[in-house]
Amino acid sequence: MTTIADPHKESFRLSMLLNDTRYRSLTFQFIALVAIIATMAFIGGNLVRNLAEAGLNISYDFLGAQAGYDINQRPISYDSQDTHGRAAMVGLLNTLIVAVLGCVTATIIGVVAGVLRLSPNWLVRKIMAFYVEIFRNVPVLIWILIIFSIMINATPAPRAFRGDNATASMWLFDSIAVTNRGVYLPAPIWGPGSLLVVGVFLASIVGIFMYRRYARKQLFDHGKMVPTFWPSVALFFIPAILAQIVLGSPITLDYPALKGFNFQGGAQIRGSLIALWFALAIYTGAFIAENVRAGILAISKGQSEAAGALGLRPGRIMNLVILPQALRVIIPPLISQYLNITKNSSLAIAVGYMDLTGTLGGITLLQTGRAIESVLLLMLFYLIISLAISFFMNIYNNSMKLKER
Amino acid sequence: MSDTHAQTVAFVRETQIPPSPPPVTEAGAVKWVRENLFSGVFNTVLTLVAIYFVARFAVFVFPWFYNGVWEASSRKECLDILDGATGACFAVLVDRWDHLVFGFKYPPDGYWRILVAFILLVVAAAPALFASLPRKLLFFTAFYPFLAFWLIWGGSLWFPLTILGLIIATVLVFRLISAQIPVNFRQIVSAVIGGICGIGLAYLLFIGAKELVFIANSVGTEGAIATIAYGVFWVMAVFAFVFCVPMGIFVGYAIYNSFEDGGLVSIVASLLFAYVAFSFLLAPIWMALNSVVPIELEAVASRDMGGFMLNMLLGTICVSLSVPLGILLALGRQSPMPLIKGVCVVFIEFIRGVPLITLLFVANVMLAYFLPPESNFDLILRVIIMITLFSAAYIAEVIRGGLAALPKGQYEAADSLGLNYNQATRLIILPQALKISIPGIVNVAVGLFKDTTLVSIISMFDLVGMIRGPIQNSTEWTSVYWEVYGFGALLFFVVCYSISQYSQWLERQLNTSHH
Repeated sequence: MTTIADPHKESFRLSMLLNDTRYRSLTFQFIALVAIIATMAFIGGNLVRNLAEAGLNISYDFLGAQAGYDINQRPISYDSQDTHGRAAMVGLLNTLIVAVLGCVTATIIGVVAGVLRLSPNWLVRKIMAFYVEIFRNVPVLIWILIIFSIMINATPAPRAFRGDNATASMWLFDSIAVTNRGVYLPAPIWGPGSLLVVGVFLASIVGIFMYRRYARKQLFDHGKMVPTFWPSVALFFIPAILAQIVLGSPITLDYPALKGFNFQGGAQIRGSLIALWFALAIYTGAFIAENVRAGILAISKGQSEAAGALGLRPGRIMNLVILPQALRVIIPPLISQYLNITKNSSLAIAVGYMDLTGTLGGITLLQTGRAIESVLLLMLFYLIISLAISFFMNIYNNSMKLKER
Repeated sequence: MSDTHAQTVAFVRETQIPPSPPPVTEAGAVKWVRENLFSGVFNTVLTLVAIYFVARFAVFVFPWFYNGVWEASSRKECLDILDGATGACFAVLVDRWDHLVFGFKYPPDGYWRILVAFILLVVAAAPALFASLPRKLLFFTAFYPFLAFWLIWGGSLWFPLTILGLIIATVLVFRLISAQIPVNFRQIVSAVIGGICGIGLAYLLFIGAKELVFIANSVGTEGAIATIAYGVFWVMAVFAFVFCVPMGIFVGYAIYNSFEDGGLVSIVASLLFAYVAFSFLLAPIWMALNSVVPIELEAVASRDMGGFMLNMLLGTICVSLSVPLGILLALGRQSPMPLIKGVCVVFIEFIRGVPLITLLFVANVMLAYFLPPESNFDLILRVIIMITLFSAAYIAEVIRGGLAALPKGQYEAADSLGLNYNQATRLIILPQALKISIPGIVNVAVGLFKDTTLVSIISMFDLVGMIRGPIQNSTEWTSVYWEVYGFGALLFFVVCYSISQYSQWLERQLNTSHH
């Protein structure tokens, strides 16, 4: 019988910290820690000295001070008497508004353009390729400025709508006015009982989901194809409209009308918001189109051939076979495009749309001189938004991912 | 037999009829149009709609181009010449060409310098972009930054040349100590350098500890956050103080101990040499050389750079700096050491989570507070630092993808050959990972180049800044939009489109897998 002797216990030597792989990584990390602390000491020391020299200190008290500036596009009530903190909140909401609008529009544009780039129609294919290349290869800032100039210069002034021989006219039965001061839309007035109409509308949306679920169950359990598209459309519109009629029109529209030198009433959307929104949507849409195209091309041809062999029609093949698989390829890059829109929305400052960068990083920073505090807070806000978007989109991505068993 | 047949049948064809051409609708242009434009009801509608829009666009744009005025001194004059007709005022491009391309402060008699630098950039980039060119051209690529610096910023040629010389000297010191000199002598060198470094480090840490106490005391203990920060700074200070002497001894010993293989000591020695050379030798040497043989160009300050040149400058410098940094970050993120990995992850995710414009704000208003009061980094340098950090984080993610795409067998094969981490990374892992990541890196580079227009927001006069500032605010060219923005868009399109076409070509070249 052989016995395995214990390996010779080496006594610990200092050189082992460097030459022995067991200890070396610890040594390196220790050195890195010391280096980080030294850097902190260097930066922090400089900061404290520079601040002391400039007679400043780090304090967030300015957020409670009176802002004293106006914000022209405000989703919540705000006036110049309010605090800087409230101004920052308005800015944050404005950022979120343009980000959400941009994401939705960019997705629609991107999916349409991406699918059309694979169209059998030569002309359409070429136009879409042209669109994608033009928009991808020119900075988004230039696009924002170009669309902003269109909104300011190529649209009529409110006075052009006046008089008998007006050079400009409103769209859609005098309900929408596109002027160089912004776009005026009808705004809803919430009369008594309107809550009920909204309730009916929300209920019908829940109904649509329930109905689709039922149709799916019918298909899987009994093999019956229940139509879903038209019933969904009907469910979407009919109950709410019925409720509106039955309750005697509780929701009315406030139409914009020319009074004096400007339009009054309705809701005004500034040219800056429109420029930012469309520029972001069209620019990012070009990138999304490429992602969609790549996703569809990534599905092997055998899939559509097999579906065709089963007797499915082209529309069904796209909806039931190709797109669900392509979606798995498309979603991860789509997440980063949404993040890009959110981050690029900070370019609002170039056209004077008061988003987070325009309020907190713009006027508040200039008025209070609190550069460090404002920029840090600004970064923190964007970081939180970005992390939140990637968190929720990753949940969605995981639910769509191929479940491997 | 055939004779009888010939008598019974009136006519026998002896040659084959030539195939008749396909019907008109099934050949040539008609067939192509039918198949590609009008293959069904839906397609026909699409085609007609598309033709309608293209025609509308052409009708709108063509006269604008055709009637364009190229010679005028102001927008008013343009409108007078056009006399009510639709037409562009391209005269603004002619009039302000220099401003658009070079900025409005660069000395006009120095424009040739920018042009030469640009042409040489193409020459320098060529061997890096096309593998078929002779490798010796890479020497010029390595030399180019120094030449370009001299051409663009001016001053004495000896300044960049001396820097180059000192860098070469540093490399020579490294080579010399790592291999050339005998072990006995190297032991003495190691002892001396180890001693210097050990004492220096201990001293630095001691200063650092004092500095941390100073910070902690000025933070104070008012409020919860301040109290926490106070505590953290004190803990770090105690840490630095306790370890200053042991760290010094340990690092000194480690440097001394490495005399046999020469690795660490040669790195430290060359770094020490570089520090001494750049702080004490650089200025005397280049001034002396310049007084003997003066080769000078008119010096131009960084703040005088502008126009499209500034975009190109920022793009080129930041991309070339951020690739090495990105590689380091990606390797750090893959590292098994939790602290180093953590630092890299936090840095990358933080940078990727905030917009570039906030980093430019940092460069504009904040960075000065973090640097010693006597240092005067100009704005362009601070912007270069921030943009480089920004794109390095994105490039790191691209390279991380490349590293993750490598089969595990490559790492294991490198290990089984007995290569250490440095060798395996340098010889096996990085060449393959970088090859996979090149298209991604080029994408980041294109994005970065487009993002250089953001500097116009912190009031630097790049192409967009020039347009929005001096040109549209001038009395002659106020409210000229389409011509200047279109021109800007065209410049960016040409550059970015060429780069992305190159990237696609390269992807096909590098695609060695068998599909």
